[in-house]
Amino acid sequence: MKRLVLLLLISACLAANALAASPEEIIQKSQAVFFYPGKDFKARVMMKLISANGQERLREMTMLRLNIGAAGGEQKYFMYFFQPAEVKDMTFMVFKYPEKDDDRWLFVPAINMVRRIAMQDKQASFVGSDFTYEDVSGRDLADDAHELVREEALNGKACFVVKSTPKADSANHGHKLSWIDKATWLPMKEEYYDRTGKTIRVFTADEVQVVKGFATITRRTMRNLQSGHRTEVSYASQDYNVGLEASLFSERFLRQPPKKWIE
Amino acid sequence: MAEPGPTCIRPISLMGLMGLMMLLLPAHPARSETTLHGFIQGNYNLNTASTNPDGRDSKLAEERAQIKLAADQGPLRFFVKTDLAWDHLGNKEDLELREGTLDYTAASWDLKLGRQMLTWGLGDLVFINDVFPKDYEAFFAGRPLEYLKKGVDGVKIGLYPGFASFEVVAIPLFTANHFPDAKRFWLYDPLPGVTNRQTTEPGSSLDNTEIAIRAYRDLAGFDLSLYAYRGFFRQPSMQTDNPAAPTRLTLWYPRLAVYGASLQGSALDGVISLETGYYDSKDDQDGGNPMIPNSQARFLLGYQRQFWEDFTVGIQYYGERMLDYGAYTATLPTGMPTEKKLHDLISIRLTQLLMHQTLKLSLFTFWGLSSTDYLINSEIKYNFTDQIWGALGANLFGGGEPWSQFGQLDGNDNIYLQFRYEF
Repeated sequence: MKRLVLLLLISACLAANALAASPEEIIQKSQAVFFYPGKDFKARVMMKLISANGQERLREMTMLRLNIGAAGGEQKYFMYFFQPAEVKDMTFMVFKYPEKDDDRWLFVPAINMVRRIAMQDKQASFVGSDFTYEDVSGRDLADDAHELVREEALNGKACFVVKSTPKADSANHGHKLSWIDKATWLPMKEEYYDRTGKTIRVFTADEVQVVKGFATITRRTMRNLQSGHRTEVSYASQDYNVGLEASLFSERFLRQPPKKWIE
Repeated sequence: MAEPGPTCIRPISLMGLMGLMMLLLPAHPARSETTLHGFIQGNYNLNTASTNPDGRDSKLAEERAQIKLAADQGPLRFFVKTDLAWDHLGNKEDLELREGTLDYTAASWDLKLGRQMLTWGLGDLVFINDVFPKDYEAFFAGRPLEYLKKGVDGVKIGLYPGFASFEVVAIPLFTANHFPDAKRFWLYDPLPGVTNRQTTEPGSSLDNTEIAIRAYRDLAGFDLSLYAYRGFFRQPSMQTDNPAAPTRLTLWYPRLAVYGASLQGSALDGVISLETGYYDSKDDQDGGNPMIPNSQARFLLGYQRQFWEDFTVGIQYYGERMLDYGAYTATLPTGMPTEKKLHDLISIRLTQLLMHQTLKLSLFTFWGLSSTDYLINSEIKYNFTDQIWGALGANLFGGGEPWSQFGQLDGNDNIYLQFRYEF
């Protein structure tokens, strides 16, 4: 009983906090729980690319993430591909910096070659899917002007609805609406609009699990409304604070990814 | 009283060893894993400019199966990649061990023993510190790009003390580059009348063991590598029995040492690459033997940038400067083509991915600045499913002189088809 009261009190405090939050703070908090939870993160990711006529392609990978600083700061990503067979054993590493271009390296196993790759466009497609690099690792908070447009329930969850409008014309979309769950701060839905106000892409969080105390979206979908193509992502397994070390994110392990971390 | 003879002791073959490992591995299912992958591929080529020297219309027609077997147990890893090809032009089967290695991994060092692929340096189809063997025929005849590289037979030790990383490679068995076959390709031959030819490769000895070292680390956000190599040129030099009236030709591989460096990092909204190397021609130190390559300084400047989504441009400037040019020209026999002191070229690569990165359009070109010759490779590749892809491409060569790098390949223009089922 005492515990319940405490929980209610904390919830009330959180809610009060939430009420007082500015739209920037809402997005900042949402990004922190969406892209930065834990010290590190490991997931076996199944990515299904589904065309308008139903043809499916599967990308299966292990994704490792290590936070270098606080939420919003530098991160290191490591990806190992299991499928499709053409890219089996391929690895990909990204050093994400909040205020400059990311560094990206690719390992091509067929010729045992590690190369830096030029992909400065964070809104480019991630491995051909409907998700962009930004969708995978986050968009800089300062790149958009944020506005709290309303608060409403989505699938029974109380949400903030925040409109984020890119400050620069270089973005692929005109603006974005995010439904952010007041309880978990995770985005439950995002709608991307073009400059004429037409919806072009829709993100939905389809399943949320609490893993080691971190609310985690374990199934999600990004739909391209223009092409009819969609990408479904699910985690076959996931874990936080597994003890990743910075030394893992190196050329040595790009070439020889340790079984311990990729399985 | 007769005991069974030693016939019961059978030599442990590679197949036997593999079988033994397969038997042993499932004994510890939690700690071991065996995987099998590979592909079946069709690869065909058609001349578009002229028939081959041997009168055929094609430089390549084959089906090929590749098996990749990997087995892990604790710090050990066993890997075999082997190809079986049916060559319709040569009308023969060809079994090739592409890679075959045993790895041991410790915390701050590792070791790889056996036939292995090594790719060093930053060049895109130009090589300075990548001193490892290449198969140029594969590239010119339209095989998938991975066949440009050949494995080396040796041992590689990786050392990771923290302040930098090191790769030390020892190669006791020499592997030459594979150049286009004179039956299938039109090539420049300075002594076409001399048909009595033989090739001598460096024998296996401690003194002939090739050593290649690479040290690398981060330097202010850039990837810095230093390289050193002691071994041999992989392109043969010619030696005649009588320079005035040769009747016999010996192709051999002079000694070479290479010292180099490379730097790569993000700059100018793209990726900048710098690489240089000093090619020390050990058997021609003063440059006075025109039949052996002069010592050279080689350098590369590259820039790669994504201009829009899934469209990438790569530009390179590459140069080779002869360091004893005076001695070379003073001793060059009359009638032999004279190389320029500076041989340089630019390359441009354009790549566009479409349809959720399942369709790839690419164009790669070399333009010789010093020799005004060219190579153009264009290719369209489509992944029909996750398992099946096909590629259709064309190679065009020409310009320059009949002996220049790509000029001599004039007459070899071709189109090619690659089709692969991967599992």
